Amino acid sequence: MKRREFLRSMSAVAAGGMVSAPAVWSPAKAQSRQETLLIVSESGPNNLDIHGVGTNVPGYEVSWNCYDRLISHEMKTVNGTPYYDRDKFKMELAEDMKIGDMSATFKLKKNATFHDGTPVTAKDVKWSLDRAVTVGGFPTFQMGAGSLTKPEQFVVVDDNTFRVDFLRKDRLTIPDLAVIVPCIVNSELVKKNATEKDPWGLEYTKQNTAGSGAYRVASWTAGTEVIFERNENWKGGPLPKIKRIVWRIVPSAGNRRALLERGDADISYDLPNKDFVELKDAGKLTIVSTPYSNGIQYIGMNVKTPPFDNLKVRQAVAYAIPYQKIMDAVLFGLSKPMFGAPADKATEVAWPQPTKFNTDIAKAKQLMAEAGYPNGFETTLSFDLGFAGVNEPLCVLTQESLAQIGIKCTINKIPGATWRTELNKKTLPLYTNVFSGWLDYPEYFFIWCYHGKNSIFNTMSYQSKTLDGFVDGAVTAAAEGNKATYETDVKGFVDTAFTDMPRIPIYQPYVNVAMQKNVSGYQYWFHRRLDYRSLVKA
Amino acid sequence: MTALAATVRHARYVMGENPVTGFAFALFVLIVIAAAFGPYLVPHDPFASDTIVALKPPSLRHWFGTDQLGRDVFSRVIVATRLDFFIAIASVVLVFLMGGLAGVAAGYFGGWTDRIVGRIADTIMAFPLFVLAMGIVAALGNTVQNIVIATAIVNFPLYARVARAEANVRREAGFVEAARLSGNSEFRIVGFHVLPNVFPILAVQMSLTMGYAILNAAGLSFIGLGVRPPTAEWGIMVAEGAAFIVSGEWWIALFPGAALMIAVFCFNLLGDGLRDIVDPRRRT
Amino acid sequence: MGNLILKRLLLAVPSLIGVVIVTFLLTRALPGDPAAYFAGPAATAEAVEEIRVKLGLDQPLIVQFVRYIGDLSHGDLGSSLTTGQPVAAEIKRRLPASAELTLLGLLVSMAIAVPLGILAATQPGSLIDHACRVVTTAGVSLPVFFTGLILIYVFYYKLGWAPAPLGRLDIFFSPPPQVTGFYLIDSLIAGNGALFVASLKQLILPALTLGIFSLAPIARMTRASMLAVLSSDFVRSARASGLSSFTVVVTYAFRNAMLPVITTLGMVFSFLLGANVLVEKVFAWPGIGSFAVEALIASDFAPVQGFVLTMAIMYVALNLIIDILYGLIDPRMRLEA
Repeated sequence: MKRREFLRSMSAVAAGGMVSAPAVWSPAKAQSRQETLLIVSESGPNNLDIHGVGTNVPGYEVSWNCYDRLISHEMKTVNGTPYYDRDKFKMELAEDMKIGDMSATFKLKKNATFHDGTPVTAKDVKWSLDRAVTVGGFPTFQMGAGSLTKPEQFVVVDDNTFRVDFLRKDRLTIPDLAVIVPCIVNSELVKKNATEKDPWGLEYTKQNTAGSGAYRVASWTAGTEVIFERNENWKGGPLPKIKRIVWRIVPSAGNRRALLERGDADISYDLPNKDFVELKDAGKLTIVSTPYSNGIQYIGMNVKTPPFDNLKVRQAVAYAIPYQKIMDAVLFGLSKPMFGAPADKATEVAWPQPTKFNTDIAKAKQLMAEAGYPNGFETTLSFDLGFAGVNEPLCVLTQESLAQIGIKCTINKIPGATWRTELNKKTLPLYTNVFSGWLDYPEYFFIWCYHGKNSIFNTMSYQSKTLDGFVDGAVTAAAEGNKATYETDVKGFVDTAFTDMPRIPIYQPYVNVAMQKNVSGYQYWFHRRLDYRSLVKA
Repeated sequence: MTALAATVRHARYVMGENPVTGFAFALFVLIVIAAAFGPYLVPHDPFASDTIVALKPPSLRHWFGTDQLGRDVFSRVIVATRLDFFIAIASVVLVFLMGGLAGVAAGYFGGWTDRIVGRIADTIMAFPLFVLAMGIVAALGNTVQNIVIATAIVNFPLYARVARAEANVRREAGFVEAARLSGNSEFRIVGFHVLPNVFPILAVQMSLTMGYAILNAAGLSFIGLGVRPPTAEWGIMVAEGAAFIVSGEWWIALFPGAALMIAVFCFNLLGDGLRDIVDPRRRT
Repeated sequence: MGNLILKRLLLAVPSLIGVVIVTFLLTRALPGDPAAYFAGPAATAEAVEEIRVKLGLDQPLIVQFVRYIGDLSHGDLGSSLTTGQPVAAEIKRRLPASAELTLLGLLVSMAIAVPLGILAATQPGSLIDHACRVVTTAGVSLPVFFTGLILIYVFYYKLGWAPAPLGRLDIFFSPPPQVTGFYLIDSLIAGNGALFVASLKQLILPALTLGIFSLAPIARMTRASMLAVLSSDFVRSARASGLSSFTVVVTYAFRNAMLPVITTLGMVFSFLLGANVLVEKVFAWPGIGSFAVEALIASDFAPVQGFVLTMAIMYVALNLIIDILYGLIDPRMRLEA
């Protein structure tokens, strides 16, 4: 008997360990909960400075909220959601912008200060933009996209006046000053922490935010969490409503959903589409879905090597993609179809726009026969494992459908870190990927993805003199303000791309954000990350 | 012949005494049947998607429900048996060939052979084993054969040590001495006299590590290093289905998870039972 | 004793060298290209090449290895690409999280497995014995990530008993001042009861997940060891002298049977510390395991090398400690040494 009692008490101890004590609620905790916003996402930043070497996309979000730029964008409303207005600029650190023929002059806000209290001067602006065009890598590349490439272009007129000289007429120059990269850094503070080996102080800004933005990073535990605190003296706009932002990294999508549903997390923007649809239907959370600006998920084919050098094969593939199945089973309807436009529909002066392809296996088989592959062939279909949630089912469905026209694909999962390297080799025969440009202009997309100068985003190695002519024409026409030529050229390159079909557009993805009902103020930005400054928690 | 008859009699006795082993053996037969005939028995094509019936709960038509692409989970679970069974068998055979032989050589010859095998085993043991398996698969590429190789390498020390200890004991045994005196070469002695005697002990290990092989493959799938889609494999099905648990589609992960557990469970219990048969004193 | 330790340490050196070499080669064989990663999404081929030179990755493997060994001898484990932090600092910060979780998992496991093993040993061949075997074997037959997800689903999502699976602490608590790095101990040192409860709550589910997985070896060893002891002469004479069976089992047999169990615990601990990588991933636990997995997937050399080396050293140290403990507990061992 005694032995039983002993064992019983042992198992009671074990069972007791499983029951959690009731939550301890204190008024102070409730108060801080009110002023704190908890964001959960799959991955976090690896660097707090977008000028840093190899800064990842979550790092861009830190930069956007902790640094200011000279100018930013106004908001407009698209489908009921605040959406950045590509064509309307608002002042952030500048209080005034005058665009001349070959330069733009900015007057700085006189009372603006960095987080450490030092005033923001034209010297800081020049140092920051010099830094962006000099450090190399992504920031320099992005500055170059707006013809901002040389430090000589940035001129300090006086303490409060700053001028950007244009290299050439380019309508992307001003918009490029409103992207994340040209952020203004506290030059004195960073210089103090720079070394001979690291003249731009990248090591310091990797770990510390040295800006004038609405928030500053109070603590950062890589891979775990970032805590932001509001800058009470922010001059770039109205003081944000939320005092403290906690950004926790939760790798499991199921856990992120559970956290939202149980009301523990306030906001999350990377969940599987299915979860967004179900959360929307359940009605307990606010779900906002906005199409990616200038973005497309596509199937790419390497046009340099057989069999995809054959136009008929590419068309056959385009007819064999199970478009609607992908929309239903993979995306749960949360995307904009980029296929199946009516046959008589005129090409628009817009991008992205749908192709006229639909799933038509009979036609695809016929094209394969005409191309000289009546029995099909074998190939590999590659995707980025980093986005397996969408890519894997998409590829499985495509593989199954291509098998019907004799194309036997082996699916090749490529880890996220290796994906870009593999893509850049330009040897993958068949793959799916997303491209989306920060600057929302059709010609911008085509310069990178289709133009014969063969940028790294032209993953198909596509070459066409006709298309190049239209793209170059559109760029010149845009700079000169020649609307009619511009429109003809845009239609021209879209038509050429759809005729030659080196890449098959499938859909325009949505950015989905799920938040608690008491959270509002979400704004869509071209970079698709969260802007904390407008968020409100009731 | 009489030895065999005695073993059979002993096995029957152990099973009679230990119903759990009998049960495990019955499960094992089921698994073998599913592995051999699964593809001919299943009611649906395990790879055919049908997005109209995607994510449907278990029903008379789809016993285990359907997955995100409308594939029949029951058919996939059954068909996956062959691959998982293959991964398990192949990896234990491979590790038996590597670790078992190396261990026997080390135990029998001693000296440098022993030292080298011992060092290799020690080095592998000092690794965090799952991370080593991950590293091998990540470096070689995620194919079935690399998963098998990684699992075999990770289990190498276990086999080498057991085989070494057993061979070492038998080195001076009477029957080895007799073989030596009758002019057999050392290699012949190892191959025909020592190895057959060590084999039963290793067979116990093999049954136990078969379960580990399947768990290892499942873990690799969970972090994205599993087999290629759309291959049906329990681990990858559980890993894929895991994302659907919170949204209520429990059947996608649960059934392959249950199949996986039953198989591993069966191999483990069978290993215990085998141990009883091979070495009654060691029963734990 | 000192000789024994020294001998064991010397024996471990070749293993550690082997680990360093194999890890170095393995990470270099990973498919990723750190230069391309560093160069960013829009880099040209020249830019990638430039960074490759800067990182020293254009050098032959042997030169890279010599440099790595040089850094290692200064205690420099390099920096992680994905988190941007020095690896040594990351490991130092994350190790206590993993160790605390693993130790608690082991405690949970012992609390269940030891009584089960004793129970099974007292009635070998009975229904209880078989049930014990089936239950513990079932525990080790489940993939840990699956057990973890199910526990979260049931105890957090459905029942709401467990706190959100958000790592070591609820966001409204700050960690205690660091003494040991174990939140449970540090919060007690700081005298903060609420913090202790909060960190315990976060620990329960992941520790239970690990515990379930490690039931089998502990229960088996307990059972086997108890069986051996129970059939030994001194237990028989204790029984014969009329002591109650409870006293015999707990006071006499159990105490003597614990020695092999403790040895097993050491092995299980080092096994679990490496195996909990998946549990850490499921529970967003900021330990070294999840750190290593992420790094490996991202082809991020330095953390993988650092992690493997740390684990290897811990493995060697742990084995040494067990041997020493064994010597202290068991006088026969001491005599032999």
